[in-house]
Amino acid sequence: MTSLRYASWSRQLLIISALIVAPFAIEMLLGRSWLRITDVALLYVMLALGLNIVVGFAGLLDLGYIAFFAVGAYSYALLASPQLAIHAPVLVIIPVGAALAALFGIALGAPTLRLRGDYLAIVTLGFGEIIRVLLNNLNRPINITNGPQGITRIDPLHISQFSFGHSHSLGGITFTPLHQYYLIFLAFVLITILISVRLEHSRIGRAWRAIRDDELAAQAMGIHTRNLKLLAFAMGASFGGVAGCLFASFQGFISPESFQLIDSVMILCMVVLGGIGHIGGVILGALLLTILPETLRYIGPLQQQIFGTVYIDPADLRMLLFGLALVLMMLLRPRGLWPKRQLTGQLTNRGG
Amino acid sequence: MDIFVQQLINGLVLGSIYALVALGYTMVYGILGLINFAHGDVTMIGALVSATLIQLLHAAGLPVPVSLLLAGGGAVVVCASLGFSIERIAYRPLRNAPRLAPLITAIGVSILIQYSAALIWGKQYIALPAIITPPSIEFAGAQINHLQIAIVILAACIMGGLIWFIHHSRMGRAMRATEQNPAVASLMGVDTHAVIAMTFLLGSAIGAIAGLMVILYYGIGHYFMGFMLGLKAFTAAVLGGIGNVGGAVIGGLLLGIIESLAAGYIEQLSGGLLGSNYRDIFAFLVLILVLLLRPQGLLGQRSGDRA
Repeated sequence: MTSLRYASWSRQLLIISALIVAPFAIEMLLGRSWLRITDVALLYVMLALGLNIVVGFAGLLDLGYIAFFAVGAYSYALLASPQLAIHAPVLVIIPVGAALAALFGIALGAPTLRLRGDYLAIVTLGFGEIIRVLLNNLNRPINITNGPQGITRIDPLHISQFSFGHSHSLGGITFTPLHQYYLIFLAFVLITILISVRLEHSRIGRAWRAIRDDELAAQAMGIHTRNLKLLAFAMGASFGGVAGCLFASFQGFISPESFQLIDSVMILCMVVLGGIGHIGGVILGALLLTILPETLRYIGPLQQQIFGTVYIDPADLRMLLFGLALVLMMLLRPRGLWPKRQLTGQLTNRGG
Repeated sequence: MDIFVQQLINGLVLGSIYALVALGYTMVYGILGLINFAHGDVTMIGALVSATLIQLLHAAGLPVPVSLLLAGGGAVVVCASLGFSIERIAYRPLRNAPRLAPLITAIGVSILIQYSAALIWGKQYIALPAIITPPSIEFAGAQINHLQIAIVILAACIMGGLIWFIHHSRMGRAMRATEQNPAVASLMGVDTHAVIAMTFLLGSAIGAIAGLMVILYYGIGHYFMGFMLGLKAFTAAVLGGIGNVGGAVIGGLLLGIIESLAAGYIEQLSGGLLGSNYRDIFAFLVLILVLLLRPQGLLGQRSGDRA
């Protein structure tokens, strides 16, 4: 038993050190643009894990998840940019962003508690659109969000004097901003994974699973379905909010353009494609769906070379493939690429 | 006062279109318990197909009424076959799958249709040349044109026809039976697969006509127009009581009127703070309010499971 635990510890250490070295390898082998893509992929992993709490664990279909990302991003942007001339410290902003997003999650959850899956999907979709319309229009009478132009010159992530926007060198190795953001995003992703794993196997996680499988039965068993569903919304939303804060600091610029329905759908795709409710699967889905579409950008020049003109815009092709993937996945592998093992297996293992 | 009448008339026209699209949602929901996310996009295809056909036929020198009729017919055929194929390919294999599965394929199909349309028609707005300039008449201080009158009358005929069809034809009876209990209906000799296919066919055909109306009324179309239209039509269906055909009609008309009046008066009421760019929010607010206060809709029956 101890050797087994030791083995798993050493394996984890190996994985973590590989993850830390990864950005250097990526930058050397594939170039700087791919390191940027990797950073964004980590943010999407966070988002997908957050949505997985709502959709995967509690079984509540949320089609407006990007709204919480937007709430987080705008909280950071407003509290750390010349827009309102506030430059609050990061350690204040991120909790505020998370709390605000959680509040919006509860605001969305409360009126929709009694709704069944597909109704919930439509209402959450509408909620996402309302947030986007508000962000677009809250530039008058008082200019809060700066409307469709978005907010620029957002402060980079910084902890007292240490700014993630500048390069730093340590022991002869230069860490560029992309490296530093990679590391901080990785830290947040690991925390998210840890929370997800702990949640899944907690009393709350089991209650969510019960609600997902049969709400009426769960209620009969004494589970407080209302509070637990609200908790799922709030938890999922707060992950989205934190990811949004990180996104705003990383990009330095945000506008309502970045928070459209299609982005919510894409995050849902990641969860579904990887394996609803399975943490490993969701991470796989998020990485695949961020990295694979990027390879499509080579399709444009390729068409130019072969046919002389660009027939299909790579961005459109990406969307077509998304749509097709969603349909085919549900028809052929409805439980995702890397689904969770069936519950029955767990029960028999436990019995021995 | 004339603003009120004018907005009421605009709302009635808009509402007739919403009601037609809402019929497609409500019929499918009534029978399958599924929100057919792709229905708004089927309507969009109807609008763009008829725009293209009108342009072609007009260029070929056909008189306007004939080209309108042919374009509408073409759109109906295209959309009906599209709706039929969607059901066959994306929904039928999932009839016994968990609830989430067909919903996700529906989203996938919606994206597929949108971006296929973007490939075919491009991403820019499709403008219909002004081939008809409907004369307008004065009514109680407001302007009504013949196109608006035609839209309302045609919509009313279609709704009436559909309600008659559901209540008095053999197929309609089979549809009602399937809605009440698919298993028992199939034991009684109803071919439920055929009934469901027919529902999609009918809903999509009606959606095609709604699409034609939209393109004639607004004069422009876009590959993404089906999204907002579908969302509003769905709201209309929920407002009226989803699954209820009469409810969809009432919900559509009400939503159109609410939206037009709200968009017309919001600037005045808020002292110029809020403009009509908030117009699209009203549909969502109505949706959330209905779900909060009367989740079964205006004409729907309370069912513990539904909401």
